[in-house]
Amino acid sequence: MEIIKQGMKLDFMGKRKLATLISAVLIVISLFSLMTLKLNPGIDFTGGTLIEVGYSAPAELSRVRSALEQAGFGEAIVQHFGTAQDVLIRLAPREGLKAAELSSEVLKTLQTTGEVSMRRVEFVGPQVGDELAEDGGLAVLFSLFAILIYVALRFEYRFSVGAVAALVHDVILTLGIFSLLQIEFDLTVLAAILAVIGYSLNDTIVVFDRIRENFRKLRKGTPVEVINFSLNQTLSRTLMTSVTTLIVLLALFFLGGEIIHGFALALIIGVVVGTYSSIYVASSTTLALGISKEDLMPPQKEGAEQPDSVV
Amino acid sequence: MINQYPLWKYLLLALIVLTAATYALPNLYGEDPAVQISLVERGSVPADTRERVVTLLQQKEIPFKSVEVEGEQLLVRFNTTEEQLMGMEWIRQALGDSFITALNLAQTTPEWLRGMGGEPMYLGLDLRGGVHFLMEVDMDAAITKAEERYVSDLRVVLRKEKIRYKKIGRGEEKGVALEFDGEKSRTVAAERIKQEYPRLLISEFERKGMQVLQLDISEKEIDETRKFALQQNITTLRNRVNELGVAEPVIQQQGKSRIVVQLPGVQDTARAKEILGATATLEFRLVAEGHDPYEALSQGRTPGGSLLYKERDGSPVLLKRRVMLTGESVIDASSGIEQQSGSAAVFITLDGKGARRMSNGTRDNIGKRMAVVFIETKIETEQRGGEAVRVRKTHQEVINVAVIRDQLGKRFQVTGLDSTEEARDLALLLRAGALAVPMEIVEERTVGPSLGQDNIDKGFLSVVIGFMLVLIFMVLYYKTFGLVANVALSLNLVLIVALLSLIQATLTLPGIAGIVLTVGMAVDANVLIFERIREELRSGNSPQASIHAGYDKAFSTIMDANVTTLIAAVVLFAFGTGPIKGFAVTLSLGIMTSMFTAIMGTRAIINLIYGGRSVKALSI
Repeated sequence: MEIIKQGMKLDFMGKRKLATLISAVLIVISLFSLMTLKLNPGIDFTGGTLIEVGYSAPAELSRVRSALEQAGFGEAIVQHFGTAQDVLIRLAPREGLKAAELSSEVLKTLQTTGEVSMRRVEFVGPQVGDELAEDGGLAVLFSLFAILIYVALRFEYRFSVGAVAALVHDVILTLGIFSLLQIEFDLTVLAAILAVIGYSLNDTIVVFDRIRENFRKLRKGTPVEVINFSLNQTLSRTLMTSVTTLIVLLALFFLGGEIIHGFALALIIGVVVGTYSSIYVASSTTLALGISKEDLMPPQKEGAEQPDSVV
Repeated sequence: MINQYPLWKYLLLALIVLTAATYALPNLYGEDPAVQISLVERGSVPADTRERVVTLLQQKEIPFKSVEVEGEQLLVRFNTTEEQLMGMEWIRQALGDSFITALNLAQTTPEWLRGMGGEPMYLGLDLRGGVHFLMEVDMDAAITKAEERYVSDLRVVLRKEKIRYKKIGRGEEKGVALEFDGEKSRTVAAERIKQEYPRLLISEFERKGMQVLQLDISEKEIDETRKFALQQNITTLRNRVNELGVAEPVIQQQGKSRIVVQLPGVQDTARAKEILGATATLEFRLVAEGHDPYEALSQGRTPGGSLLYKERDGSPVLLKRRVMLTGESVIDASSGIEQQSGSAAVFITLDGKGARRMSNGTRDNIGKRMAVVFIETKIETEQRGGEAVRVRKTHQEVINVAVIRDQLGKRFQVTGLDSTEEARDLALLLRAGALAVPMEIVEERTVGPSLGQDNIDKGFLSVVIGFMLVLIFMVLYYKTFGLVANVALSLNLVLIVALLSLIQATLTLPGIAGIVLTVGMAVDANVLIFERIREELRSGNSPQASIHAGYDKAFSTIMDANVTTLIAAVVLFAFGTGPIKGFAVTLSLGIMTSMFTAIMGTRAIINLIYGGRSVKALSI
């Protein structure tokens, strides 16, 4: 079985202007959304308390809310989590009451609303939240930087810039979608973003590897032709790997449970965007920076080629 | 010869597969709900304990699987969690306080496998249920305490040397400040202090007509004080967790001022928080004799050098301002019966420095009374104008007043207690009081057992389904080669599980996600190879040459692609905490094992199938 017909010649680079335009628009929308709507940070980053409880019968949220209100937790956000029996309660850091004791108080209150069992309690102090956010941001920056260096060493700086451009593109778009849809952004989603960086890069490197090989191998052909040829050659692999990865991610999304939802979603978005970006963003950036055959020839002995060079 | 592996490579592969399978095996065995019994004082449980437990359970008609001595502990296995909980209650009641009983999940891995170090994967709290606390030690309080100790010590030194001072106390911002009338006494004091406490940084200046001597604790000493405070808190937490009865607690330092406490299986978080969170310290002070505390209470004024306290029953008592000894010096406290009188007593052991101070303090005060003050300190985070402000609240109480009968030293006892119960409470308070510096819970993550099991089930299901779908897809797409890739993929999964079991890395839900992701990405290497082989075939190369070239050419691509992903995983590990780390671990392991299985593993099978014979066409 083959998805991509033999000898297929899609003119990827011919459409690069259009693709650049689309990417630019998407990035602007994402950035705009990130600035106006912002992300919907989970308690990992804001601090606060999150309590998940399981009722023995489907729970009426209004009853839970009024019980909490009577106990003085009027500002609690109450929602179903996955099933009608699971209820999630969120509380912002509170004035006066010792934050760590909050969960016990809430649980005590909920006992009056039905047969209920504690499933999960998460409390993050404000200081810790700030630190987690800071560490997360640093992790993204550090991995981008480390990758920049590795690719520059293994390939050439233009590829390196192309690869990182694609990664930044993927991260911004994924964050943008999380912002637009206001999906909760927590630690596991951050981990997913970093995994997206890894995955998208994997994809990009495979394409670059082929471009480099073809630049060296093919005697003739403009950079556009060489890149197009390489993209067509690797296309079936690119799609194949994306499909298998998406298969397991969909399994994770639909079967992995509520907690892993954001994580799986971020990865699904990332894989789709990452596949697109390794074709268009990474390659066209490299092309735009003026990559040519000469840049990729294995280094030759100096002096042999230019005996007359002025010292 | 092309496409043939030497025998040693096959043998090596077989060996790796066999080893991996062996170490992955313990995960197939289940776990029994169990109760773990050990002694509060370290050491083996008495020989008759087993008999006692067996008789008790039979008497109460609670079915159990087995009761065995394991190392120093006794392990009671049950069939169901309900029986386990019931059994635990009865056992706890019957055995009494000298035993620690804890709920546990006991593995059912057979003896021979365990002998080889085979253990199932270590499940994180999100999978097995339990409590995770991150506690922050109040380092400012540690320094303040050190400074207060200096103030108290310096008072003694100055009095002994008959150096007159106006005022002594903690400095305006930090350190200790002494005020003198004249420069002369300040110089003498500075000389003396330099001799006695060479580590203090001394500065002299004039402020508002007063000669000030400012004493600062050096950076090095502050550092040591912090380290000590952290260490002491960890030790105390260990003891408190023991009282809670947790099977495999984790108590670790994190960073410079934080402690991670993980209590697998603990459900009653309120109680856990109460025991871990409330911090207490002790002070031993002499009673200010010859004054009427009731008079001081009614007048609202205390005689010089004394402070008014309340006893537990509410009656007032006047104590000397000077602290004779703090709870930091208490190494141990236990309750028991005094030999001579047969009444309840608390036996206290002090460290060397504390013993000297106690000895000096009591020498001239035989026949007078000494009080033990219990100070409970809570740190509460309050929101003030949107900012988190930490407020310290103290509650002080005299828990015991006793007559000094003798000069006291390293070990002494407090008698005159009403009952053994009271003695036990006092000992507990004293031990708890050894926790010198207050802590606050800054992060909590609790997962109930039902959610833990749900997470395992769902995680497992998604791995299985995702895995199956990929297997089917690969066979459809690459036929025989797809099958070979599937074998490698399965082997990859076994390898990951074996490695996780071997290094006992914590498996979390994101960790499972990492495994799922690895399954998806592991085929990438094979896809790269197979696509290359197809290309080679298309350009008219022979099947054998195509296989060879396919593996050859794909190799550097696979390397580059995986190394970069590994970089991301390593960064994730370095910056991540808890669950994120779990994800990074399985992802990195998965990348490495998948490279091995996808390159060497598939090649070996392909070579077995096609190698060393003439092949017309490949099933790819």
